[in-house]
Amino acid sequence: MAQLISLMIDDKPVKVPEGTLIVNAAKKVGIDIPVFCYHPKMEPVGMCRMCLVEIGRPQIDRETRKPVLDEQGNPVIQFGPKLETACTTPVSEGMVVMGMSDKVKKGRQDILEFLLTSHPLDCPICDKGGECPLQNLTMEHGPGVSRFLYDEKMHLAKHYPLGDLILLDRERCIQCGRCVRFQDEIVGEPVIGFEQRGRSLQIETFSDPGFDSYYSGNTTDICPVGALTTTDFRFGARPWELKPVASVCSQCPVGCNITYNIRREARAGGRYVIKRVLPRQHEEVNEIWICDKARFAGYQYAESPERLTRPMLRRNGELVESSWDEALQVVAERFKAATGGLVTYAGGRLSNEDLFNLKQLTEGLKGQAILKSSIGGGVLVAQMGVAKGTDLGKLGAGDAILVIASDLQEEAPIWWLRVKQAADRGATLIVVNPRQTRLDRFATHTLRYDYGSETATVLAMINALESKKTRLPDWLAKYRPNRFQTAAAKAFAGAKNGIILFGQEGMDLPRSQELALACANLLFLTDHLGSPNNGLIGVWESANTQGAWDMGFRPSTELKEMFSSARAVYVVAADPAGDDPSLADALEQSEFVVVQELFLTSTARLADVVLPVTAQPEREGTYTTGERRVQRFFPAIPAPGGVIPDYEIAARIGERSGLKMENRAASLVFAQLAARVSDYEGLSYRSLAETHEQWPIIGRDDLYYGGTAYENTQGLGVQLMPSSQKRKIFQVNWQEPPVRVSGKGLLGVPITRLYDRGATVTPSRSLASRVPGPFILVNETTAQKLDMHNDAPVQLMLAGSAYSAMLRVDTAVPESVVLVPRSLGIPLSELQPVDIRVAETTPA
Amino acid sequence: MLKEIVRGLSTTFRQIFEKPVTIQYPEVKRPVRPRFKGRHILKRYDNGLEKCIGCSLCAAACPADAIFVEAAENTDELRYSPGERYASTYEINLLRCIFCGYCEDACPTEAIILGDNYELSFTDRRSAIYTKEMLIEPVKPGGKPTPQKVEPGKFTRSIPDMQDPQD
Repeated sequence: MAQLISLMIDDKPVKVPEGTLIVNAAKKVGIDIPVFCYHPKMEPVGMCRMCLVEIGRPQIDRETRKPVLDEQGNPVIQFGPKLETACTTPVSEGMVVMGMSDKVKKGRQDILEFLLTSHPLDCPICDKGGECPLQNLTMEHGPGVSRFLYDEKMHLAKHYPLGDLILLDRERCIQCGRCVRFQDEIVGEPVIGFEQRGRSLQIETFSDPGFDSYYSGNTTDICPVGALTTTDFRFGARPWELKPVASVCSQCPVGCNITYNIRREARAGGRYVIKRVLPRQHEEVNEIWICDKARFAGYQYAESPERLTRPMLRRNGELVESSWDEALQVVAERFKAATGGLVTYAGGRLSNEDLFNLKQLTEGLKGQAILKSSIGGGVLVAQMGVAKGTDLGKLGAGDAILVIASDLQEEAPIWWLRVKQAADRGATLIVVNPRQTRLDRFATHTLRYDYGSETATVLAMINALESKKTRLPDWLAKYRPNRFQTAAAKAFAGAKNGIILFGQEGMDLPRSQELALACANLLFLTDHLGSPNNGLIGVWESANTQGAWDMGFRPSTELKEMFSSARAVYVVAADPAGDDPSLADALEQSEFVVVQELFLTSTARLADVVLPVTAQPEREGTYTTGERRVQRFFPAIPAPGGVIPDYEIAARIGERSGLKMENRAASLVFAQLAARVSDYEGLSYRSLAETHEQWPIIGRDDLYYGGTAYENTQGLGVQLMPSSQKRKIFQVNWQEPPVRVSGKGLLGVPITRLYDRGATVTPSRSLASRVPGPFILVNETTAQKLDMHNDAPVQLMLAGSAYSAMLRVDTAVPESVVLVPRSLGIPLSELQPVDIRVAETTPA
Repeated sequence: MLKEIVRGLSTTFRQIFEKPVTIQYPEVKRPVRPRFKGRHILKRYDNGLEKCIGCSLCAAACPADAIFVEAAENTDELRYSPGERYASTYEINLLRCIFCGYCEDACPTEAIILGDNYELSFTDRRSAIYTKEMLIEPVKPGGKPTPQKVEPGKFTRSIPDMQDPQD
């Protein structure tokens, strides 16, 4: 614990740890010192001079080195002749800060007068107007009139697209550099910067495409003026007209806390619509940041006109609309008749309540509950996962993070950001991946392996450990570590806290199960289990995959056989036919297919019954993040008439099949869930809605301090305890990975891209230009061998079928490997030999 | 006493020959006072562009919550108003309006004024909602209707140099 320093700010005594900046010390006791360039998440720079205050320090006698005292025995305070910046000056013992003196007030007035010399007076049309730090501080501290000539204001570009998502208004920029520093310091991707000097200074982007970063939207939150605005909210509404609704992002397993801003819209017939998405503070999950997928793709699918709103039944080979009663009756009868032959196939997009009810229904009818996931290990995460109290933001020097088989920025952008920041703070970052990713730059140890030998790499690292707690199986000896693996293993073993994140790079179900087991064993052998900031994290495909594991859903490698032999298949929030054409064939063979979806997907087209559901922003529920934190989301907008939530559909089918199930409210389903699922014991919607004060304090009246992110008043959620923390009993299993022989030629490898063609991403208007068509990645040597060049249209031959794609050359790809992004139209789900041919026709 | 009666009747007889103060409304209408506050009018510039920039400050100032504005972005091909922003939806619920004139005061471009029309009667609630088409004044002679196709870079600013506000 750092030493406490006591000082006086505006006649209030303050005690703060050594090294605290005056502006933060003042904030802690409720005194606001205005700032523009300072941001609590970034290093101070003292550029804008708005925070100038009078600082006095006790006079020290040069001989005795003691404070000089006056007649009353009080220390004599010496004030400097000039104002000093509160944002760069750390506190010192006995300091006296005056933030409200006439001199300070005059200083603030002058700074604002300077800032406004060239700031346009277009607050009425500015998207920031109403939540603008410059506007607010001018009202509070400004001079009222300017001595500068109105006609001499600079006239610059008002509509300058920095990228597809962010617009820059050059006139409004006050050159505080927050955006530039955010990209540089926090993200580590300096794609924007300052150009020119002095009065000509302006923001410019250096990347192609412009502002090429997954975190670009955050710069609009922290911009203290309306210089940076998002394209989706362009003139959407005035900030004071918007109502905030708390939610959780449904796009990836990080579970970022977000706020939907809603407003009635004439264009939507007077209904409430979501106008924008802003971050909601959760220092242990997403701090005050969200990625662009959350901001621009998180909600637009709900407004899509393609949404299903009526149940449909197949009659004479055609899907025709029907009533709910009729559709549910048919489903219930067929499910009951299926006796044991029911297969429920659910996606990780569903909430815990949905999954719980679906599991109850499936169990009641003696069916199988199958999870849509191409990676496994969820049971291990429930046992060996990160312990309660884990916060990636607390990791630093002395701690270690191992990221294996994951292109983390593409799979879970905010985890990437937090891991990167932990590495900045001094944590040992070990990146184990077959190719270079954006995380490598911050890694202490970078290990490479050939696709398919990720488990072997971890086993070699286990072998490299000096102290072995248990007897290792004999077969392990053949995995000999090289010196890089040895160094990384020792660094991981020697760390105070250790976390392993395993991801989706080149993964299929059996491989990732082996990998997760090996990772769990490494954690056990290095004593990184059962305490906070230690354990295993799965970088899942969907927001609630972990919740699905916890509810008892399991993925399967024998989907084809299951579907084709099933007497009834119940597909919920998944599109197997769209993912893989061979699964479509299997589904056609099954007797009865029910699809519960938002859109008429490929699977829905071949279903016997289609049931429409509410979208996530229209309903209540909970998600369990990859770190096993259960978080609530709230209904933001009304659902279109005729749709009902998934848990209710499942319950109504259950009731018609003679089961007793809860269909009234999500909270009641959760109460049942908490009573039956042991890890969720004791949780309730009330406990998930509890909050405590977080630092930095943001989202109040002082928007200049933290930006426009919202304060978290609706719940921080509860992190679950893994069984390793509860009982401190560890079971170590060893399983020798089978030897797989890969053929010669090109190896197709499935990878994950953030902007894909998932059902909830495609309807996004803002991201449309950023979502690519099908493409594959190879390196130069492979491209040369194939006699193909960058951006060439090709045909990928995969299991006898041809798929059109664009060939892109990427130096990071290993030789003879073809990277195939998931969810972009090519159904590659495991390592598989492929062939590339010249396309006969250009892909559309 | 006779004196009082004569005095009183003289007033009566004087009034008989004076011009009557009653006006034959609706055939005859009395001109309104300069500061009369009647139904709103959305103004145009002489060239036909709309003065309203869709800033919604009138809606913010409105104590009766009678105004609803939605904005959209201008382009040089489809220009409604100078600058980047225009009102794509502008509705006033005249059943709610209390004719206080705060919207006039709030308007940064003097786009909305309370006009002379006080003849407001509705047969149902919905017809009390006046849309932009009903509120906007006709294009002056020499001006063009909106949206206009204009030369690029000519109307880049929303808020022109303001003159002193007038009645």
